[in-house]
Amino acid sequence: MLRLTCPVCGATGEETEFHAGGEAHLKRFGPGSTDEDFRDYLFQRQNPRGVHFERWRHQYGCGKWFHVARCTQTLEVFGSYTAQTSTVPDHIQSAIKARRPDWEPAQ
Amino acid sequence: MSTRIQSGGRLIDRSRKIGFTFNGQRLTGHPGDTLASALLGSGQVLMGRSFKYHRPRGPVGAGSEEPNALMGLGQGAHFEPNQRATVAELHDGLAATSQNHWPSLDMDVGALNAAMSRFFPAGFYYKTFMAPRSAWKHVFEPVIRKAAGLGKAPTQPDADRYEYFYAYVDVLVVGGGMAGLQAALEAGRAGARVLLLEQTAHLGGRLLSDEVEIDGQPSDIWLAAAVAELQGMDNVTIRTRMMGAGVYDHGYVTGYERLTDHLENATGPRHRLWRIRTDRIVTATGAIERPLSFAGNDVPGVMLAAALRDYVTLYGVTPGDRTVVVTNNDDAYRTAIALKLAGLEVPVILDARDAAIGPLPRQARDLGIRVEVGKGVASVKGGKKVEAVEICSQAGEGTVLETIPCDAVAMSGGWSPVVHLWSHCGGKLVWDVDQAHFRPDASRPPTDHNGAGYVITAGSASGALLSGDAMQDAAAAGRRAAAEVGFIPSEGDAPTAMAEPEEPVQPVWMMPAGASYKLRSKAFLDFQNDVKVSDVQLAAQEGFESVEHAKRYTTLGMATDQGKLSNINGLAVLADSLGTTIPQVGTTTFRPPYTPISMGAIAGEARGAIFKPTRKSPIDGWHDENDAVWEPVADWRRPYTYRRAGETTEQAVHREIRNTRTNVGLLDASTLGKILVKGPDAAKFLDLIYTNMMSSLKPGRCRYGLMCTENGFLFDDGVVVRLSEDSFLCHTTSGGSDGVHAWMEEWLQTEWWDLEVFTSNVTEQFAQVAVVGPKARQLLESLGGMDVSKEALSFMGYAEGELGGIPARVFRISFSGELSYEIGVPASYGRAFWDMLLEKGAALGVMPYGTEALHVMRAEKGFIMIGDETDGTVTPHDLALGWAVSKKKEDFIGKRALQRPDMIRADRKQLVGLATEDPATVLPDGAHAVAGVNEYGDPKTIGHVTSTYFSPTMERSIAMALIDGGAGRMGEVLEFPVGKDSVIRATVVDPVFYDKAGERQDV
Ligand SMILES: [Zn+2]
Repeated sequence: MLRLTCPVCGATGEETEFHAGGEAHLKRFGPGSTDEDFRDYLFQRQNPRGVHFERWRHQYGCGKWFHVARCTQTLEVFGSYTAQTSTVPDHIQSAIKARRPDWEPAQ
Repeated sequence: MSTRIQSGGRLIDRSRKIGFTFNGQRLTGHPGDTLASALLGSGQVLMGRSFKYHRPRGPVGAGSEEPNALMGLGQGAHFEPNQRATVAELHDGLAATSQNHWPSLDMDVGALNAAMSRFFPAGFYYKTFMAPRSAWKHVFEPVIRKAAGLGKAPTQPDADRYEYFYAYVDVLVVGGGMAGLQAALEAGRAGARVLLLEQTAHLGGRLLSDEVEIDGQPSDIWLAAAVAELQGMDNVTIRTRMMGAGVYDHGYVTGYERLTDHLENATGPRHRLWRIRTDRIVTATGAIERPLSFAGNDVPGVMLAAALRDYVTLYGVTPGDRTVVVTNNDDAYRTAIALKLAGLEVPVILDARDAAIGPLPRQARDLGIRVEVGKGVASVKGGKKVEAVEICSQAGEGTVLETIPCDAVAMSGGWSPVVHLWSHCGGKLVWDVDQAHFRPDASRPPTDHNGAGYVITAGSASGALLSGDAMQDAAAAGRRAAAEVGFIPSEGDAPTAMAEPEEPVQPVWMMPAGASYKLRSKAFLDFQNDVKVSDVQLAAQEGFESVEHAKRYTTLGMATDQGKLSNINGLAVLADSLGTTIPQVGTTTFRPPYTPISMGAIAGEARGAIFKPTRKSPIDGWHDENDAVWEPVADWRRPYTYRRAGETTEQAVHREIRNTRTNVGLLDASTLGKILVKGPDAAKFLDLIYTNMMSSLKPGRCRYGLMCTENGFLFDDGVVVRLSEDSFLCHTTSGGSDGVHAWMEEWLQTEWWDLEVFTSNVTEQFAQVAVVGPKARQLLESLGGMDVSKEALSFMGYAEGELGGIPARVFRISFSGELSYEIGVPASYGRAFWDMLLEKGAALGVMPYGTEALHVMRAEKGFIMIGDETDGTVTPHDLALGWAVSKKKEDFIGKRALQRPDMIRADRKQLVGLATEDPATVLPDGAHAVAGVNEYGDPKTIGHVTSTYFSPTMERSIAMALIDGGAGRMGEVLEFPVGKDSVIRATVVDPVFYDKAGERQDV
């Protein structure tokens, strides 16, 4: 059971206090998109063994969504950050780099 | 024979006797006994029958690793099956029953299985029961269900209480033996908050049986001092009878505390499930002795050497007078010595090694015990108890050199660290060649949120089997844990523990090394599941090379003991059969809990009425006082109908419908979800959320709206009211309010965060009453306060004001097809408003109606119900609701998906109405329509019934269904097989059965 910190209200809580929302930073493809883009948006996920960016909601706390950078293999948490961004913030990238020097952001 | 002896028994109180029963027979033991020791003391070695072959079995261990001595404990509502007699503490009145035999433990018909054992090899279930299919159902399954299996399930609900407990500590120490105590001392002295768990009732672990010297004194002195010091520390908590059950992510641990199992007539909770958060876990879980694989190693009276020593030392009982010891290490000599010193006979020690030269063998020889090196057991003679041992050369094929009469055998194949808790969350293991076991690889621990290892092993759990090493290792573990959680540990010398030095173990995976098939097929690896050496070899031969496959094929390690004894021996046999090494084969996965925990502890207090809270409407009290027949609707309870004296439920429903359609009915609609959406961008936001255009809705008007997922499937519906230019009240289904609110927030926060919108779930802030029927307007007018005329408040209009002095929001919407007003009032006014409607409406024939009348009336009108007509694969178009899907909007959730070719196929399942040929016949809900045959030659399903009722209004049965290409089948007659030879025929019709023009609601 993971321990996570909500960057909105600052509370650190048990996993049961949060709701997992899958992979973060998906680009939404709506009307006008190709079948391939739309399929990938709906169904294709990275599912990496290693650094992963995830959406979580502080379900039984402040109710806000946020993002978590986490290692799916070691369960190390590199940081949590606002959900109102399409890219991984610099300070999170640095935190990951400090622990995983070989890691490169996905294109 | 098995008996109580005069000496030993440090845990029992010989001055007192307590009575218990075993299979109804009255026996006695002493306070401090386990059920197993009391039975041994009463001459009872035979304690159960094995799972598959029903072989007679006695205890092989003396602790939680026990696979054989499983019992049903307690009676009636306090009965629990599959309890280990070796850890069940005896108390006055304890009632135990043995398991898996018929008619009795001594005479078991199922033991026939044993004689047939060559026809029950590995994978037997899979091989035998392939064909014919009918034989499985009628022959094999009933036979297996009767023959195989453990204890019987309780027949009554559990009468005991259980609870959860939460704890937050810096360092959790699991295990109260020498290593755990030392680690706790180190962490506690440094100032850390420490919780120490010991699964038995006693602290000290193996020190209780095997005294060593600590700092020059007997270990009992150190033990007493250590416990006293720990008990004196405010920052240290010790819990006995509590097992560390499982280790989970980021330092979450479950503990299983047994509070009253050892007491007679206890009060209070029986078990407690602890949910512990800790920064560091020290696992001082010790090691478990391995059996040796020789023929007849499962005969009652054959035991692990240390277990036998424990019975003598701790409880003063022995399974026999003459015990043969068979070993591949020095530790088992301690058993021989203990037996001899207790005045019992040890005719021979068989040591598989080529030499036995350490101090322990010397001591044994000095006591006059015969020691044979390079020798092993060819076979144990005896059925329900040991009668003799046939000796052979370990290096040979089992030629019998000598037969030695005896009534017990103590075996030791070496020791394996208990690595379960280390491994639960990903700690890796390394094969230790010298000690022939897997031990934790300290360089690859499970990691926490900071990426740091959070489990530290201590003592023999690390693989430090000798006391001196174990003490040093444990002190280091406790200090490291304290330092890593921010405390400054001692740097002084740790205590010095001294025991006799031991010569190396020599791995023995089969005894003798060249055992014949006959011997191998009687050498058990997994006692509980009856897996023999020959079974694992067969599995390997048949290609089950992966350890996980071999496990499932043979069932090795799959019993309630999860292979605590069998694991390493089984891996070794598998590795040997595959011509590879044990580390190459690897281990199966260790999963929590360490030993089985009660279902009651997992449930805790969450049972009966408090399993889940029931949501109640503000008018619930009235329903409760007026004969409501309750129906659960999501988390709510709602009246299904109000049944009057002398009525059936169906008659009550029909009365409510007729009255609503002729006079006026009241429905408590408070459970409907109500979400307030407000802000400059509210209209724009709702255009994205709903398939309809909501921005064109005028303030003061209502519109029925649909919500789709991004996959294009309908998932919720309801009436949207534009309260003002920038605020909307969105009604959802009763079960959907929380989900829809979360859905809106998710899109607002994670996709369209630039929109200026707030949402608020106000479901419970308002009571809502539907006033429905031709006399609805008359009733509201009698309350006074608002103009509810057609002119002032037309169909699909909204007005706010006061009714009978109560602030009210009035929506002219209809889910029944009648003239209808839904009125929202503040929740605190709900009951008063309801009472007022009943009082003023009495002269008009007002009558409340329940959810079933609601359902029937909406079906009469062909209105869909989320969850009936939808199942997550249905689009608005499938339900002929295309009119509610905007073609003008550039975007809404689901729009892109609804453009996919598959979503607009003409032959998708589409909503139709059904009229049965016999108007009195009501189709069963979910009945399938069939036409033609599918590719297997079976009748082909072309759809199913989604809603079906007898309509008192139409005086006939009505139904809705989703049928392949249904829109093009109007007038077709479909067949619905509903039993072996019964078919209901129904004609496809328009789903709107009543008032197709919609004139009744718009008056
Ligand atoms: Zn929060």
